[in-house]
Amino acid sequence: MEWLQNPLIMAGVAIGIALGGILTTCAYLILLERKLSAWMQDRLGPNRVGPMGLLQPLADGAKLMLKEDVIPGHVNKFLFVLGPAISVFTTMLAFAVVPFGPVSHEKGQFPFVIAPGVDLGIVFIFAVTSLAVYSIILGGWASNNKYSALGSLRASAQVVSYEIPLGMSVVGLALLHSSMSLEKILINQAEMGFLGWNIWYQPVACLIFFTAALAESNRLPFDLTECEQELVGGFHTEYSAMKWAMFFLGEYTHVITISFLTSVLFFGGWHFPFIAEAASAYPGAWVVKVGVLLFKVSCMIVLIQMLRWTIPRFRFDQLMSLAWKGLIPMATVNVLIVMCVLEFNLPRLWLLPLSLLLFVGVGLIGTQASLPASGAVRRKKPVGPIVAAAHH
Amino acid sequence: MPICADDVEWVEEPTMNFWESTFLPAIFGGLQITGSHVVDGKTVTHQYPEEKPVLPAHYRGVHRLNKDEAGRVKCVACMMCATACPAHCISIVATEAPKDDPLWNGRDKFPLSFELDELKCIYCGMCEEACPCDAIELTHIYDLVGTTRQELLFDKNKLLSVYDQTKDCGLDPVRTKRGALSGCSEFANLPTLGPATSVKADDRAAKAASPGVIHD
Repeated sequence: MEWLQNPLIMAGVAIGIALGGILTTCAYLILLERKLSAWMQDRLGPNRVGPMGLLQPLADGAKLMLKEDVIPGHVNKFLFVLGPAISVFTTMLAFAVVPFGPVSHEKGQFPFVIAPGVDLGIVFIFAVTSLAVYSIILGGWASNNKYSALGSLRASAQVVSYEIPLGMSVVGLALLHSSMSLEKILINQAEMGFLGWNIWYQPVACLIFFTAALAESNRLPFDLTECEQELVGGFHTEYSAMKWAMFFLGEYTHVITISFLTSVLFFGGWHFPFIAEAASAYPGAWVVKVGVLLFKVSCMIVLIQMLRWTIPRFRFDQLMSLAWKGLIPMATVNVLIVMCVLEFNLPRLWLLPLSLLLFVGVGLIGTQASLPASGAVRRKKPVGPIVAAAHH
Repeated sequence: MPICADDVEWVEEPTMNFWESTFLPAIFGGLQITGSHVVDGKTVTHQYPEEKPVLPAHYRGVHRLNKDEAGRVKCVACMMCATACPAHCISIVATEAPKDDPLWNGRDKFPLSFELDELKCIYCGMCEEACPCDAIELTHIYDLVGTTRQELLFDKNKLLSVYDQTKDCGLDPVRTKRGALSGCSEFANLPTLGPATSVKADDRAAKAASPGVIHD
C-alpha cells in the first residue's frame, strides 16, 4: 500500500466524498425543505415521485438538465455565464478547510478534511465566501434587467454589512484558542470536554455568527436580494435551467458550510460526552464521531430551514440597522470582553455571565432606541386640510 | 378633493419592550408554532385522484336531460332554457309529437335535437331554473374532459345518457320533482320568494292575488 502514502491520493478521495456528499445533500435538502414547509403549513409536500417522494430530487435534476437554457439577447453573455459558476465555485471552495470528521494528519489515513493543516482556516473561509457576492452582483448586473440590478445592489450592501459581524464574532474564538485553524479549535474543545464547547464561553458570538452567516447566504429572513414580492426573482430573474439551479446549489452549499462551521466552532464538532471523546479509541470510533458531527450539522440545517418558514423577511432599513446598530457593536464589545478576560487572567467561566450581560445591555439599548425620542421632532398632526396631489 | 384633517388618523409605531427588542421570544414563539404543525401530522391536503372531493348538494356540473316515467325525454321543447341561457350554449330544434303514436300520448312537443355546448356553458344553472318541467338539470359531474371541441358538444342522446348515469347515484336528484308537470306548475305550493327576488311593497306584483306573480 505504498501508493496510499501519497497525500494527493487521500486529498482526491476526500474531494470525491465531500463533493458527492454535498451535491446529493443539496438535492435532498431541497426535498427536505419542501417537505418541512409543507408539514408546517399542514400540507403533504411532494409525494408522487417514488415512495414518499424520495425520488423527487432526481426528477427535479433531470428536469433542470433537460430544460431549455435561455440566454436572453440583451445580456452580457460572458458575465451572465460567469455569475452562477462563481456561485458554485466559491461555496464549494470554502468547504475545503471544513473538517467533517476526526481530522488526521497521518499519511495514508483518510484526512476528513480536503485541505488539512490550513492554519488560517477561518480567514480562508471568510475570504472565499465573501467572493460569492460577486456571483450575485455579476449575475444581476449582466442580466441587464432592472429587477436583477436592484436585487444585486441589495445583495452587495447586505453582504458587505454582514461580513463585519461575521468576522468579528470569531475573533473572540481565535483569541481564546490562539489559533485560526478550524481543526485546532475543534480539537481544543474536544480535549476540554463538554464544558469546553465554545457555546458556554461565547454564546453571544454564536448568535452573531449564526445570524450574520444566515444573512451572508441570502436566505430568508435575509433574502432581500431575490424577494419575489418586490423583485420578481431578484438577481436570478433572467436565469433558467441549470444556471438557475447552480445559484441554488451555491445557496444550499453555503447553508451546509455554515451549519458545519457553527457546529465545529461553537458546538464542539464531533465531540460528545462519553461516546465521542478526544481520547476514545475504540474500534469504529471515527464512525461515531462523524455521526455526531453530521447529527449536529443536520440539526443546524433543520433549524435554518425552519427559520426560513417561520420568520417574515426583514425590511431593508431593519436589515441594515440590525447589522450596524446591533450586531457590529455587540461583536466589538464581545471581543473586548474576551481580551479583558485573557489579559487579566480571569477564569474563562467569567465569559458566560459577561456575554449574557452584554446581551442584556444590547437589549436595553434596543428598547431605548425604539422609544420615541424626547427631543427629536415628532411627526405632528397637521393643521388644516391636506390636499391629495394625484386626484381631483 | 382635499382630505379633512379629522379624517386622517396618525398611527405611531408601538414601542418595543426589552424582550421584543431582542427579537428572540418572537423567533422562538414562531418556531414553536411551526414546529407544532410539523409534529402534529395533520394535513388538509386532498389526494385528489384517489380521494374524491365531497361536493355540496347544490354543485353545478355537467347537464343532463331527465326522462319521465315512460322513459321519454321530459323536455317539452319550450325553449325557456335556451332563452334564459346567458352563454347561448343551448340550441333546440322542436318538433310536434306524433298524435297517433301511443308513446307520445299526452305530449304535444318534444325536442328533435337538443344540443348543449359544455365548453360555452358557464354553469350558472339558469336553464335549470327556467325549465318549467324540471327536464334539464345540472349534475355533480365535474371532471369533464375531451380531446376535441366536438366531443364536448353534447347532443340529446348524450345528455340523456348522463341522466342514466347519475339518476341512481344519490348525489343528484336533490332538485328533481318527479311528476307529470313538476313543481313549477303546482301553483298551490309556490315556493316562498327569497330576498333576491323579493318584491317592493308598492310594486304591482305585490298587490297581485298570489304575491310575486304578475297577472295581467
